[in-house]
Amino acid sequence: MAIVKTEGLTKKYRDLVAVDHVNLEIEEGECFGLLGPNGAGKTTLIRMLIAASPPTEGHVWILGKDLQKHAREIKAVIGVVPQMDNLDPDLSVLQNLLAFARYFDIPRKEAHRRSLEVLTLFELQNRMSSQIRELSGGMRRRLLLARGLLNQPKVIVLDEPSIGLDPQARYLVWQKLTELKSQGVTRLLCTQNMDEAALLCDRVAIMHLGKILNIDTPQKLVERYGDSGVVEIEVDPASRAGLIRQLKERGYEYTEIANHVHVFTADSDAALQGLVTSPLRLRRRQATLEDIFFRLTGRSLLE
Amino acid sequence: MRLFSWRFIRVWQRNRDVFLRLWRPEAPGFFAEPILILLAMGTGLGAYVGLVNGQKYIEFIAPGIIASYAMFSASFECTYGSFVRMEYQRTYDAIISTPLSVEDVVAGEIFWGATRSLMTGTAILIVASAFQLIHSPWAVLILPLAFLEGLMFGSIAMLFTAVVPSIYTFNYFFTIFVTPMFYFSGVFFPLTSFPELVQRLSWIAPLTPLVYLTRALVSGQFYPGLIGAFFLVLGLTAVFFLAALPAMSRRLLK
Ligand SMILES: Nc1ncnc2c1ncn2[C@@H]1O[C@H](COP(=O)(O)OP(=O)(O)OP(=O)(O)O)[C@@H](O)[C@H]1O
Ligand SMILES: [Mg+2]
Repeated sequence: MAIVKTEGLTKKYRDLVAVDHVNLEIEEGECFGLLGPNGAGKTTLIRMLIAASPPTEGHVWILGKDLQKHAREIKAVIGVVPQMDNLDPDLSVLQNLLAFARYFDIPRKEAHRRSLEVLTLFELQNRMSSQIRELSGGMRRRLLLARGLLNQPKVIVLDEPSIGLDPQARYLVWQKLTELKSQGVTRLLCTQNMDEAALLCDRVAIMHLGKILNIDTPQKLVERYGDSGVVEIEVDPASRAGLIRQLKERGYEYTEIANHVHVFTADSDAALQGLVTSPLRLRRRQATLEDIFFRLTGRSLLE
Repeated sequence: MRLFSWRFIRVWQRNRDVFLRLWRPEAPGFFAEPILILLAMGTGLGAYVGLVNGQKYIEFIAPGIIASYAMFSASFECTYGSFVRMEYQRTYDAIISTPLSVEDVVAGEIFWGATRSLMTGTAILIVASAFQLIHSPWAVLILPLAFLEGLMFGSIAMLFTAVVPSIYTFNYFFTIFVTPMFYFSGVFFPLTSFPELVQRLSWIAPLTPLVYLTRALVSGQFYPGLIGAFFLVLGLTAVFFLAALPAMSRRLLK
């Protein structure tokens, strides 16, 4: 049985449809990735799943229970790592965790024990009595992650958890998220980082304009849409229009990112070389999740 | 309509922890101001004012100062204080992702506001007692009354907080609603000294019944009109409290 299930989940803000009839089934213990460009509706979808935003239409079931009717019960077993920092700046690092534990009715002693445990997990044990404003951005992010684990959740919802982390901290977080798998914790991971999605997620959904375009394992998505590999062509702006016209005429699949054109093809380099008078650079490589993302959403992440 | 649960106490505890951490720089200001006003007006202006019943002016204004500053405490806490937590610190968002509901948060904030009123009322009452301005043992009931008053003004403030577009809008709340009550609710002069129209407005100001109730507890002199005043305060508290819950839900659950 799916641990998180939605049916026709929709959110409208006036005439904007932020989330458009989304049907999801997330299995127990899996890491489910949600990818999409800015404004795709990821955060809005997540907010509906944690009962922070009432759906305009549709339903959510978590652990087989209707979220609308059992919000309190369900929220008790969900961990949330929000996109926007909402640590309590009036309290110290440790007090943040203790206050949070109290919201979950975790007894004082146990709260202390768990707080130390999660702080150690994210290498923050030395900052226990710091003020929130004394923490660096990456430390805050780690504290948010630590806080999300305090209630030993069955499902943890992470909205871009590794943003602003240095490479070392990012690997630490990835490792912790992987370890959660062995504890059977279901993870819903919203991310812009394709490496992260490819590494951590069992399945990913690609979201665009409020709709889920595709759901599959990262590997299958790459195989399905990028089996042939990608040729990156860098052109000067003057010859770019000509290249695009040629590609269109010959029915190539391609995406444009700034002055790079990525072509999905197994054709030889020589064949492509002929399409443009003077390519600055031409490089063949394996397709990544990122290419698939561009191909499906037609959008750059940096927009 | 959804009500709040006992879990609101968690929000109250959070605010208490923050207060215990940060009260040193803030609290003296809160307590010093009413005490200064009491002494300055009481002794300064009091030298020129003769009351009909021969009462000392400082004794006349002491209960009104208690009631007024109990009002200010809850009003500040549940406007500026709550707004900062809600909009700038996103504390409410964090809390409602736990088993607490918006209603629990609102109730916790209002009860915390009432606690601030209680603290202020207690401090002024102690100072007033030290200056021998309090003559009736009934005066201990000022403490629960100050708490009830805090619930009422906290609820009014919270309802306002749920609908304001920005923090600057609170200026209107204070200049049009709160501060005028301080001057026109019978704190410094009996209402009968005002023109007819002002008197009518004064009678509908929610601070007025509290000034009269507090004054009765200080003097130990009771009269039937106080029963009405008490039920008016209870009624207003219930109405604004119940209105603040759904208003805040509408604001937060978007
Ligand atoms: N409270 C709101 N009122 C009106 N519109 C909103 C609100 N919240 C989100 N939106 C709109 O809904 C759409 C989806 O926003 P959302 O935050 O879900 O995107 P996202 O996929 O999380 O993007 P990002 O990658 O930038 O975080 C956007 O067009 C956004 O402007
Ligand atoms: Mg987002």
